[in-house]
Amino acid sequence: MSETKEKPKQGRDATGDDRRLNMIEAINDALDVAMGRDDNVVVFGEDAGYFGGVFRCTAGLQEKYGKTRAFDTPISECGIIATAIGMGAYGLRPVPEIQFADYIYPGYDQIISEAARLRYRSAGEFSAPITIRSPFGGGIFGGQTHSQSPESLFTHASGIKTVIPATPYDAKGLLIAAIEDNDPVIFFEPKRIYNGPFDGFFDRPVKNWKSHPDSVVPEGHYAIPLGKARLVTEGEQLTVLTYGTMVHVAKAVMEEKGVEADILDLRTLVPLDIEAVEKSVKKTGKCLIIHEATRTSGFGAELSALVQERCFYHLEAPIERVTGFDTPYPHSLEWAYFPGPVRIGAALDKLLSE
Amino acid sequence: MADRPERTDNKPQLSLHIPEPNYRPGADEVDFSAIEIPEAGAQPRPDEACDPTETHGLCTDLIRVLGEDNRAHGPWDPKLDPDTLREMLHHFSLVRAFDERMFRGQRQGKTSFYMKCTGEEATSISTSMALQSDDMVFPSYRQQGVLIARGYPLLEMINQIYSNSGDKLKGRQLPIMYSSREHSFFSISGNLATQVPQAVGWAMASAIKHDTRIAASWVGEGSTAEGDFHAACTFASVYNAPVILNVINNQWAISSFSGFAGSERATFASRAIGYGLAGLRVDGNDPLACYAAERWAANRARTNSGPTLIEFFTYRAEGHSTSDDPSGYRSAQERDAWPLGDPVVRLKNHLIELGEWDEDRQAEMDLKAAEKVKADTKEAEKNGILGHGMHQPFHTMFEDVFEEEPWHLKEQNAQSQAERDKKYPDGVPH
Repeated sequence: MSETKEKPKQGRDATGDDRRLNMIEAINDALDVAMGRDDNVVVFGEDAGYFGGVFRCTAGLQEKYGKTRAFDTPISECGIIATAIGMGAYGLRPVPEIQFADYIYPGYDQIISEAARLRYRSAGEFSAPITIRSPFGGGIFGGQTHSQSPESLFTHASGIKTVIPATPYDAKGLLIAAIEDNDPVIFFEPKRIYNGPFDGFFDRPVKNWKSHPDSVVPEGHYAIPLGKARLVTEGEQLTVLTYGTMVHVAKAVMEEKGVEADILDLRTLVPLDIEAVEKSVKKTGKCLIIHEATRTSGFGAELSALVQERCFYHLEAPIERVTGFDTPYPHSLEWAYFPGPVRIGAALDKLLSE
Repeated sequence: MADRPERTDNKPQLSLHIPEPNYRPGADEVDFSAIEIPEAGAQPRPDEACDPTETHGLCTDLIRVLGEDNRAHGPWDPKLDPDTLREMLHHFSLVRAFDERMFRGQRQGKTSFYMKCTGEEATSISTSMALQSDDMVFPSYRQQGVLIARGYPLLEMINQIYSNSGDKLKGRQLPIMYSSREHSFFSISGNLATQVPQAVGWAMASAIKHDTRIAASWVGEGSTAEGDFHAACTFASVYNAPVILNVINNQWAISSFSGFAGSERATFASRAIGYGLAGLRVDGNDPLACYAAERWAANRARTNSGPTLIEFFTYRAEGHSTSDDPSGYRSAQERDAWPLGDPVVRLKNHLIELGEWDEDRQAEMDLKAAEKVKADTKEAEKNGILGHGMHQPFHTMFEDVFEEEPWHLKEQNAQSQAERDKKYPDGVPH
């Protein structure tokens, strides 16, 4: 069952006002809570120690928990992931940071062949309870090496979970759940929405999180179970399956065009909340899949196949996929690449005209 | 044809060097006299807590204890008592008997694959005897000696090799890729060198927790070319991790001689110099030197004095695995011409020289080892051999991918069961 949109009950500060955090602050809060509750949680990565990370997600943790629990590392993603696996085998709960998802490939073998397989190959004797945090996605003029969305390279491997939050509230609850999970988790943070719920209209003024209801983040511990989608809006006209930054873009486009849709923020790609997907698509009969990653063999292909297999007789129109193009992420033509309102609008017109 | 401008000057033409070993099949005479073998006992033994630079002369030397006279010499003599030496010899005997029988078992079709460690026994047995039994080891694939030295039951090893119904790894891993948390023996991957930086991570965790246990990893000289090895050296150095990085230089990585990992230019121990690690280069066929070097590094790590990289200079006497035929790429004379002898013979002769052993007792020990292996093999065969039905239940294929089985694996598990039901309507035969 999918959860309905959370209404944080205790998200108020001492003065009684809502405690509003952006995504970075929410992630920092989650790390703080996890480290405070369990001294086996250690945080490390390139620039993640003293300086607190290039995006500031680990700020203040070294000062609070000491140098051996929050520290800088050599520039070696292979070494970062491998040492995390060794620490996990010892009994720690490492939360390594890969500075950009684009840099994760030197650690890919350690993730896929080692972390994801350790429980299986040792028949449960050893496991790698690690959470690999990494900012991903484009829209910040990062060029081809600071913009990629490589989630499907991880969903395709067996033995690893892939989690992508879309709001500060979710970022904290999902990150705490990921750290407490005994399996390895890839936790991709959509960096375009670190500071505000970007709606895809790049030529309009930037919004911050302060006015968004899901920036109300309670203090202390809460966990959002992995594998549960979030119903962002409800509607009868179609189902939108999406995650990360594109949740906000999809919502803005639906509002702009006056379309009433079930927008499902998947939150966890593996394991996927298949019940929520099926329930919604069977209700609306139309399915639009949106992700920023390249199209071919993207996670949208998996979603499309699943919907076809499970909801075929309920479908009233072919499934539509809106994605990034199958090119590297171009620097100057970023907004022509990004699957923004125009591309989503065209897909909507096609779906709704059926 | 590459796009290259026409030559208009007298600059020298560049040429690419492709390393070539000295002795290919059919070579006239194998002559290893170019390998420098210093006198046993001639190497200095710096203090275990020394600055790494004090060890760097040893990175191009060769630490040796057992001399031609079968006696122990010099400051590296670990001064082990005869009982410990006989225990070591017993492990040697058992590993050799085990390797023989498992190799034969593979040839008889009882399993798919096996790897012997013949000639390299000291690099796993003598070294692990120098560690504490709860120090965590991150082995590569030729360290069966560690398990045997730590008393892991042969029966468990054979069950794993046969992938049978008694295999506690549930028939998932290629033969010899053991795992035993109880014996502080990390799950063997099968991918190369991945375990080396993991060992560093384990050691870092032990230090973070102010534990007293250290970690040790093993890797072949060929695999030191992997990036993982260099990440391990960097992290070990940066965090002064309590870890030992053992490099087994057995001269051959399947068919590629050590030159393809850089041995024509530098020793593997000398990798330590650039990383600021302590480094030792050891006669890997000298059981006393292997023990002494590992103990030196263990004491160093245990007192927060730093990590050590040790090159064990040895020779892979047999093929890489049962899937390999070394007669296709190296001279068959190499094994006999190898100038550092055989570790088992050297230890035996040392004990005889001490008046603590004789050939009759050796023969009796070898016979008992062979009988022990034979008995455990028969016992393991009761649990089945590879491909003869007595495997793990089908549904176990879906276990341990995650801690809990998610919906998609449950569905695939049910599909697998349906396939079995269709193929065997009267139940799966056993």
